[in-house]
Amino acid sequence: MQVSMTINGEQVSHDVEPRLLLVHYIRETVGLTGTHWGCDTSNCGACVVLIDGRPVKSCTTLAVMADGHEVRTVESLEVDGELDPIQMGFHERHALQCGFCTPGMLMTTRALLDENPNPSDLEIRTAISGAICRCTGYMNIVSAVQWAAQYEAAAKREA
Amino acid sequence: MQTPAAFEYERATSLEGAIASLQRLGPEARVIAGGHSLLPMMKLRLANPEHLIDINDLTELEFIRQEGGEIRIGALTRHVDLLKSELLAEHYPVFRDAEHVIADPVVRNRGTIGGSLCQADPAEDLSAVCSAVKAKVVIRGAEGERVVGMEDFHVGPYMTAVQSGEILTEIRLGVRPGAGSAHEKVERRAGDWAIAAASAAVWLHGGTIADAGVALSAVGLTTIHLTRAEELLRGKAPSDELFAQAGQIASEDCSPGADGRGPVDYKRHLAGVLTQRALRRAAARALHEEA
Repeated sequence: MQVSMTINGEQVSHDVEPRLLLVHYIRETVGLTGTHWGCDTSNCGACVVLIDGRPVKSCTTLAVMADGHEVRTVESLEVDGELDPIQMGFHERHALQCGFCTPGMLMTTRALLDENPNPSDLEIRTAISGAICRCTGYMNIVSAVQWAAQYEAAAKREA
Repeated sequence: MQTPAAFEYERATSLEGAIASLQRLGPEARVIAGGHSLLPMMKLRLANPEHLIDINDLTELEFIRQEGGEIRIGALTRHVDLLKSELLAEHYPVFRDAEHVIADPVVRNRGTIGGSLCQADPAEDLSAVCSAVKAKVVIRGAEGERVVGMEDFHVGPYMTAVQSGEILTEIRLGVRPGAGSAHEKVERRAGDWAIAAASAAVWLHGGTIADAGVALSAVGLTTIHLTRAEELLRGKAPSDELFAQAGQIASEDCSPGADGRGPVDYKRHLAGVLTQRALRRAAARALHEEA
């Protein structure tokens, strides 16, 4: 059946099987492989994308369920060569090693900062409790989100 | 790669239309809302519906509001909105307790109360919560709607009073004075299913427990309604000794199975301890000694 949605601001439309999962639609049909396909059981959070601004696990969502909605993937973070502050934070604080969980971590924490620009460490840890990282032990991820929050607060003060 | 078996998909544009489709398609049709219980089951081929009716656009089923002496919750209300509801936190903080420990925040953005109740997984938290607060659910079919108490809702493992051709549309909670409620859960790691969980509600009147509700998750083939404990509590003054007795009943009346989450005797013990803790906290809240 025909599905149409906005992905990273661009309208896409394809004929798909209803059983196609959103993660496979994004990766294979649309060709945006930044979103990672991990555990396939909604536990690991590598496949998180934003639907209408809310983080959602795309391995547990049908592509047809996203019809008519706005999807944001990790590819939308960098604009014209400039990294999103959350990406800068991950870079500054060395919040990734193998990088597999990173797309989901970035989208989950981007949504957190959009909703709560000044989160506590506990609020960050709660927000990413549905995202598994097997490299960092999470310390540097929490630190990266704090870095991004401070960077955005400083940018706001200057503006 | 886990892929569901093929099915036909239909997006409902009205509740009446969704019910008409369910009636026409029969028992091989299933409603899908958040999909976070049903899609994993379909990926494992434990559920193989031939038709899915997507009700996510029926936003008229997404609400939490007070009407007269009741709080009404639309079946499509997401976990995240139950967690954040001030109205629920004021009258039934047991929802907030449970929502803090249901899956993780990203899953809670999608999953719904109606989906949780209808999936009726014995380890699912909201079935115990709704049982403890003596909720009623509204089930609508082609012939109109009926109201079913939680005591009659679970008819077997993963089976509820919702029949083929029907949709659960609303959950109703009575607002009565002197209420206190709490949910206690032990899990192996953040976001996991419970090893055991207990929901409790008490309604105090003049220093005694006028009414009580207690239910358990994950320690039986269905949500366990602890009617024997409720009878014990009714008409007595709240005390640690009384709650310990109720906990003893919980240990006796549950029927856990041994699995990776623990052996039977451990789960029975846990059910008792959690029942006692949930009752103690529910009573403290009823007395405004605890938030």
